[in-house]
Amino acid sequence: MFSTSLTLSDVVFLAQGAGMTILVTALSVATGTVLGVIFGVLRLQLGTILAMPLVFFLDIFRSIPLLIQLVLANAFVGMVLQLETSGFTIACIVLSLYTASYCAEIVRGGIQAVPSTTRRAARSLGMTWFQDMRYIVAPLATRIALPSWIGLALGVMKDSALVYVVQVTELLKSTQILITRLQEPLFLLLVCGAFYFLISFPLARFGGYLEKRWSK
Amino acid sequence: MIEIQSLHKSFGPLEVLKGIDLTVNKGEVVTIIGGSGSGKSTLLTCINGLEPIASGKVIVDGIEVHAKSTNLNTLRQKIGIVFQQWNAFPHLTVLENVTLAPRKVLGLSKAEAEAIGEKQLSHVGLGAKLSTYPTMLSGGQQQRMAIARALAMSPDYMLFDEVTSALDPQLVGEVLETLKMLAEEGMTMICVTHEMAFARDVSHRVAYFHRGVMAEIGAPEQIFGDPQHEETRKFLASVR
Amino acid sequence: MFDYTFQWSQAMARLPQMLDGAATTMEVAILSMLIGIVLAIVLTVLRRSPVAPLRAIARTWVEIARNTPALFQIYMAHFGIASFGIHLSPFTSLLIGITFNNAGYLAENFRGALKAIPDTQIRAGRSLGMSEMQAFRHIVLPQMLRVAFLPMTNQMVWAVLMTSLGVTVGMNSDLYGVTQDLNALTFRTFELFAIAGVIFYLITKLITLGARLLAARLFRY
Repeated sequence: MFSTSLTLSDVVFLAQGAGMTILVTALSVATGTVLGVIFGVLRLQLGTILAMPLVFFLDIFRSIPLLIQLVLANAFVGMVLQLETSGFTIACIVLSLYTASYCAEIVRGGIQAVPSTTRRAARSLGMTWFQDMRYIVAPLATRIALPSWIGLALGVMKDSALVYVVQVTELLKSTQILITRLQEPLFLLLVCGAFYFLISFPLARFGGYLEKRWSK
Repeated sequence: MIEIQSLHKSFGPLEVLKGIDLTVNKGEVVTIIGGSGSGKSTLLTCINGLEPIASGKVIVDGIEVHAKSTNLNTLRQKIGIVFQQWNAFPHLTVLENVTLAPRKVLGLSKAEAEAIGEKQLSHVGLGAKLSTYPTMLSGGQQQRMAIARALAMSPDYMLFDEVTSALDPQLVGEVLETLKMLAEEGMTMICVTHEMAFARDVSHRVAYFHRGVMAEIGAPEQIFGDPQHEETRKFLASVR
Repeated sequence: MFDYTFQWSQAMARLPQMLDGAATTMEVAILSMLIGIVLAIVLTVLRRSPVAPLRAIARTWVEIARNTPALFQIYMAHFGIASFGIHLSPFTSLLIGITFNNAGYLAENFRGALKAIPDTQIRAGRSLGMSEMQAFRHIVLPQMLRVAFLPMTNQMVWAVLMTSLGVTVGMNSDLYGVTQDLNALTFRTFELFAIAGVIFYLITKLITLGARLLAARLFRY
């Protein structure tokens, strides 16, 4: 049998790391989604030229490594602005913007997938732009975008493993700390990997199921 | 010579061919007519081994198609088939569509294959479209390309599976003309078709299929002029 | 507040070293992508194999690659493999980790792309006397790679970004590793990482642009 020197307090330590992973992910995905919806709608409403600065800004988060985004944000707040901020706050802010940049694309895609004839029909019934968005576009676009959004949320959970760089001890970092102490890399990594997998795999399958069902 | 002996074929519980016997001689043109679900298209895919069979035999030039020892890839080189959907390879030009199999299957050099390809394509009237991509062609042109593609393998037999059914009416004529030309050149052909005029004018024999059975076969004059089987009469009356 | 003085020139003096690092980053990304594409094709074929264990292996690979953090995969390639007594260099570990990830994601993309190619294409190839392998190689594969071209471009961008994770297994010759070492020397954290960020940004834009040009050349139909 497999023997391990893992103690109960180590398990608690790992669970705390897992809790941190979930907390950071939940906060960032929630904030990032709100921002993403705003950015996504704004981007379409502004028109190609006016939206360019926004497009450029959002693209940055998808074009440089998350690790660098975190380090830069940390250095900027700490060294340049010289503010006392926790790594947790930095992690949530960066991950939120990171989420928002991807979410804006998903929202844009979802809205654009609503047939213009449907929207014209709504407007011709006398609905205002806001009513059209609220009662016609939002429900249809949500359906289209939900599978991608699930994928994004899971992506953020996996990418949250990088917030160790701003001194947030999430699951993978806790695992690494235990590896250094216990010298049982394989067992600990498998436990850690299983945690991510058991959250991600069923939800990803569910997203795939929704996509298949709704694409009919 | 293609010999079909008491051929049975099922898709799951559905028996689509219920004992077909048919011999097609070299140089002969046989057309098969019949309603949908009569099994006529399935027969063609059984002849070149694209579909396994339940029982019976298909023998092409003395080789039993469904025997385990038969190399189907070699056998298919002598049996060309063209489908209702022309299945152009969209990523290849018209010439490349035609030269791919001669190069990769027959092992011809690029130059040799292109010489054959150009010859066959001009034969079907596409000599000016060699470097075009299939998506730029009309359905009729793509179907003629598919015919040239099959001919480029220098087959001894050609099977045509409702090759005009998916075409716009105004494009049917050009494809039928191509088939007629092949028939006049002495190609051995089995054509499944809904074009009664074509069946009457071009074929040596016409077979009528009904519910997995070959109800009747005979010279076109006899089938169209004096059908013996009750179902043949009904069918012909319905398509006129 | 705001008494921080940016010292860009000091950081810019390190640009040549950082560009060397960028070259290593590109080396890892390109290698991981090339091997990843080959492996993804193999996985795609295995996932359609009639042999159940082969399907299971391919499926497990794809699901682990897609459902665990890339950093976890790189840890496995380094610390995980090391626990079997095989000690790989940071470069090799990083390459294996990213390649594993690439292959998994690409295999899933390829599977989706295959669905867009009708079965009748294979049938047409087979009816011309092609073997199953020939039909896959000459008819299915080229079309599949076209449909999957955009996802492949995205994965290449991902591969570049993922190289930054090499630092966690001791890699110090890639762009992120070089930047971190320079930071330890000079403490110009913001300036150095900002420059590294700009280089990464330019690399990803070049990849996107290059892919667009390549697509125009490759896919004329």
